[in-house]
Amino acid sequence: MSSIIARRRRPAAGYAAVAGGLVVAGVLYGTLSGGGASAASNQSNTDIAQGKSLFNASCSSCHGLGAQGTAQAPSLIGAGAAAVDFQMSTGRMPAKESGAENDRKPTDFTQQQIYDISGYIQSLGGGPTIPDSSQVSTNGANTALGYELFSTNCSQCHGFAGAGGALTYGKNAPSLNAATPTQIYEAMLTGPEAMPVFGDGTVTPAEKKDIIAYVIDTRNEANPGGFSLGRTGTITEGAVAWLGGLGFLVVIAMWLTAKRRDPVIGMPDSDHGDAQ
Amino acid sequence: MSETHDPSAGNPLEGLAPHHEAEEPPARRRVIGTPSPTPAAVDNRVAAPEESPDYLPTDPSDIVSAKNAERVAALCFLVAFAAGVCFLIAYIGLEVGPYNSGNSVIAALRSNYALGSSLGLALLALGTGSMIWVRHLTPNIEIEEHRHVLKSEPEDRAAFKKDFSTGAAITGITKRPLLRRTMLLATAPLALAPLWLLRDLGPLPGTSLRHTVWKAGTRAVTLGGLRPLTPADMGTAGSMITVIPEGYQDDDDALAKAGVIIIKFAPGELHVPTIFDGKTQLYGMNWTVDSTIVAYSKICTHVGCPVALYEQTTHHILCPCHQSTFDASNGANVVFGPAARALPQLPLGTNAEGYLVALSDFTQPVGPSFWERG
Amino acid sequence: MSDEPVKIPPALDGVGGWIDDRFHLAGGARVLMKKVFPDHWSFMLGEIALWSFVILLLTGTYLAMFFVPSAAPVVYHGSYSKLDGITMSQAYQSTLNISFDIRGGLLVRQIHHWAADLFMVAIMAHMLRVFFTGAYRKPREINWLIGIVLFTLGMLEGLFGYSLPDDQLSGAGLRIFEGVLQGIPIVGTYLAFFLFGGAFPGTSIIPRMYIIHVLLIPGLILGLITAHLFIMFHQKHTQMPMKGNTEKNVVGQPFWPYFMLKGQAWFFFIFGALVVLATFAQINPVWLYGPYTPLAISSASQPDWYMGLLEGALRIMPSWEINFLGHTLTLSVLIPFAVPLGLIFTGAALWPFFEQWATGDRSEHHINDRPRNAPVRTGVGVAAMSFYGILWAEGANDVFADKLSIPLYTITWIARVAVFVIPIGAYFVTKRVCLGLQRKDAELLSHGVEIGIIHQLPNGEFIEESRPLTEEERAVVASKVVPNALPQPATLDANGIPAPASKGLMGRARVIANRAFIETVEEAPGHGNGHHDGHAVGEAEHAAVTTGDTEEH
Repeated sequence: MSSIIARRRRPAAGYAAVAGGLVVAGVLYGTLSGGGASAASNQSNTDIAQGKSLFNASCSSCHGLGAQGTAQAPSLIGAGAAAVDFQMSTGRMPAKESGAENDRKPTDFTQQQIYDISGYIQSLGGGPTIPDSSQVSTNGANTALGYELFSTNCSQCHGFAGAGGALTYGKNAPSLNAATPTQIYEAMLTGPEAMPVFGDGTVTPAEKKDIIAYVIDTRNEANPGGFSLGRTGTITEGAVAWLGGLGFLVVIAMWLTAKRRDPVIGMPDSDHGDAQ
Repeated sequence: MSETHDPSAGNPLEGLAPHHEAEEPPARRRVIGTPSPTPAAVDNRVAAPEESPDYLPTDPSDIVSAKNAERVAALCFLVAFAAGVCFLIAYIGLEVGPYNSGNSVIAALRSNYALGSSLGLALLALGTGSMIWVRHLTPNIEIEEHRHVLKSEPEDRAAFKKDFSTGAAITGITKRPLLRRTMLLATAPLALAPLWLLRDLGPLPGTSLRHTVWKAGTRAVTLGGLRPLTPADMGTAGSMITVIPEGYQDDDDALAKAGVIIIKFAPGELHVPTIFDGKTQLYGMNWTVDSTIVAYSKICTHVGCPVALYEQTTHHILCPCHQSTFDASNGANVVFGPAARALPQLPLGTNAEGYLVALSDFTQPVGPSFWERG
Repeated sequence: MSDEPVKIPPALDGVGGWIDDRFHLAGGARVLMKKVFPDHWSFMLGEIALWSFVILLLTGTYLAMFFVPSAAPVVYHGSYSKLDGITMSQAYQSTLNISFDIRGGLLVRQIHHWAADLFMVAIMAHMLRVFFTGAYRKPREINWLIGIVLFTLGMLEGLFGYSLPDDQLSGAGLRIFEGVLQGIPIVGTYLAFFLFGGAFPGTSIIPRMYIIHVLLIPGLILGLITAHLFIMFHQKHTQMPMKGNTEKNVVGQPFWPYFMLKGQAWFFFIFGALVVLATFAQINPVWLYGPYTPLAISSASQPDWYMGLLEGALRIMPSWEINFLGHTLTLSVLIPFAVPLGLIFTGAALWPFFEQWATGDRSEHHINDRPRNAPVRTGVGVAAMSFYGILWAEGANDVFADKLSIPLYTITWIARVAVFVIPIGAYFVTKRVCLGLQRKDAELLSHGVEIGIIHQLPNGEFIEESRPLTEEERAVVASKVVPNALPQPATLDANGIPAPASKGLMGRARVIANRAFIETVEEAPGHGNGHHDGHAVGEAEHAAVTTGDTEEH
């Protein structure tokens, strides 16, 4: 301790103090902040009554007290726990405003609360249930088949590498980089917003696992050719060719042809007998 | 006298007159960025050396700065050498593919970065060294060359014409129409021959563009899983899946026209109009299953991309290539974009086992329009 | 004469003598060595294309050792394990092989593709430079036409080149290509079936594209580049308007050794830039796209940048099809395919001759124009660029919609209006800007350059000192050459007969065009050069815009 005190007037002491304060603040924030999934949440602990009161507090103003729907929001009867878990864990619901679509944002609910609300909605009218961990695990998945299924059913909206894409009227298919395996499964199963439904009859649970494995593998895969430029394809490549390639070379050309500082030695006419 | 305009010196107007300043040295205060009063590179030309005026001087003007420049260029070349050696070592030392024991993507990444940065550095260093060489180690010579008159002398032109005409007269081609005409006749088929030989490049289209491999009773199977579907498999409203005719999963030529998307609607949402072209039905609710399941061609009628961006909220099918948009609830008619025709509807029904099957082939050609389409 | 500055080694001397004994080269080689190449950075753009082409040949040869141009299906069991078990063409498999199993393979593949993009970029930049400086004028019209053909060949070469790996993205492009071919009236289906050897996709297209890509088109390009360079060599390069540069000379540094050394430096920089791009910027990651299947497609599917104009044209077009007598004329496809490129290339090809016709100028031009001194040409060039640019941007409309959160159809509607309105507006705005710059030049010539030293007069007025232009500056600023006015229809000669060339529809059109071309700004009369006489700068001293006959400067 005394050695620290002895160094308190050194120039670096100020930086050290600020850095230390930041570290302490960060650790405290990380430990104390709630929200998002917490380790203790568990589907089997679903408390439907709690879910109902949470629903009434946060969701019923748009979805109605019995989840029957209002002019602002559709009925959730029959939507299923999977739909609720997807919408709430990605933060899309509760929607802050009604617009073309809702984008992913941080959620204010803990995972346990989301399970409770999903359980409540499931109890109202049934619907697709939240997949368990074995259903979304990528162990033993056939990634190659996942590639075939993804490229046929998913890449037209989400892009060949899941970078997202445009839809009509201001909507877009989001990037898949932030989605958890469970969320990917649930999205396929429930078809949120404009996304079509890929139920278990059309895309079996095993096929869903394959697709998830493909998505996870692809987004974790390194880019061996350099920076990926967003994995959007030729648009960014063309921009780099013009701005990076030509831009750099034009600067070099200007350097190469710039006026020299040493004096110019003007030679007399150098032609030897050429026709004038 | 009045040139040093020091604002701190008494009366700012003292000694002031609008003046013609051409020969004065620059004043001390000047707005940054404006041209200097005496331009920097006024004539810094020097005369050519007296001895051997026909041949260029060989030494740069400033020997000292040339020596420094030489050192810099030499350093660049040494860097290029080192980078080049790194390239050779990296090639040998970094394995890829089957000889690499780890992740092949990471191996390719490492190898690419190592080889590319060493090679790139070597080339840029060579370029920089060469640039310094030519700009700082050579005399700054400027020579002038005269442009030839491009047009030939009239005598030369006349002589050429006479020579050419004499040669033509010798062949007699102008005086012997029989010879001329039969020669042209002889070359005509031979000139056509190369085009003739192209005939077997491919088969004639015939009527093949009018049909696909779908027939009455062909089961629709999912692409990838190759599973036949029952109406119940289609699940809830808003469901969509790509299907192909059973048995053709390896036939790309067939798939390029036979791909189909099946969409499930909520009851009452699907209103395919009944459209006939003469006696041929093109669209109808009788081609749907349970009035909620409909099948459309997946091949865009614009230029043939797979069109499968289905938005279940708007019931629009959007083609990502050129944004042709089709309304699936209304017979896939065009609502935006360059496509001129609705997506053809595949007559859909169920067979004895309850699987979704085609009732017949498409009744109109699928895919992009063509001249003979009708 | 053996007073050489450096001693030539006897071996080299011997070889040189042996060759000269057989080819009579010494005199010609001397002329070649002393040949002058004028210096300006914008003259180096064409060389970027040249060296990129050389690099394409070198890297392409390397790739050809490993690439298999076959559509035969094969099940993949290679290093890229994510696609293990997938059926793909041998072309695609060999491309994966090059990328993941050959050391340096991925680097060479990426250098090749970046060089192709840069080749087209350089051609376009070079073409724009030549256009805006008027370097296509007599005697260089043929070189201009060769350049347009080279650009077209480059587009085709790139299209076939990136389609060879048979991946999902380029396969979709081929599908579009086939759909467009199919729509051509009368011969379309035959063309499509002959090119593809049957229905799409077939198995013939890959080997056919291969031979077109590695032999036919490179041969044509090589021949045309040789002709292009030879013509430029023979006619000598143009030069920028500078002191000492006239229509009858070329000023610069001699070929040996300056141009050789600079060419060496330039080649290394271009190659180095391409290698740096290939190292740090991933291009065409075919393993992420996957092998081509006819029923898969990705959002944000665009071809390489130089095909973007066609892509945008296809997207901007509203639906339009005419059915008659059992035939279909699909204008939705034919208009985008033929009209924008046709307009631009035909317009570009005809432009030198149109300009000659409108200005009556049949003299040789070896001094480049400053763009501001040719307002109609510059205006038309900017209009053409904006037309090209809007269609090019429309080709990326879904990426803009996604990244900038603009509704998709809105972008297309804006483009549909802009593609007509903006080029017209751009022409007028550019022309006015050019004339404004000419006015500034006229003031520079008459008033000199302001040097930033400000005086205050006794009456309170502020004036700025100026100095006269130096000879070098004057040579540049005064380099404007105004075309002659052609006789107007109303002018009659001494016998009351109107000029024959101005009669009729073509004559009248010619006069209208001529009137636009000769619009210029005259140097303000009545001022001495460079001396500021003390009157306020605020007085109206703007040079008048005139359209009358002016002397050639």
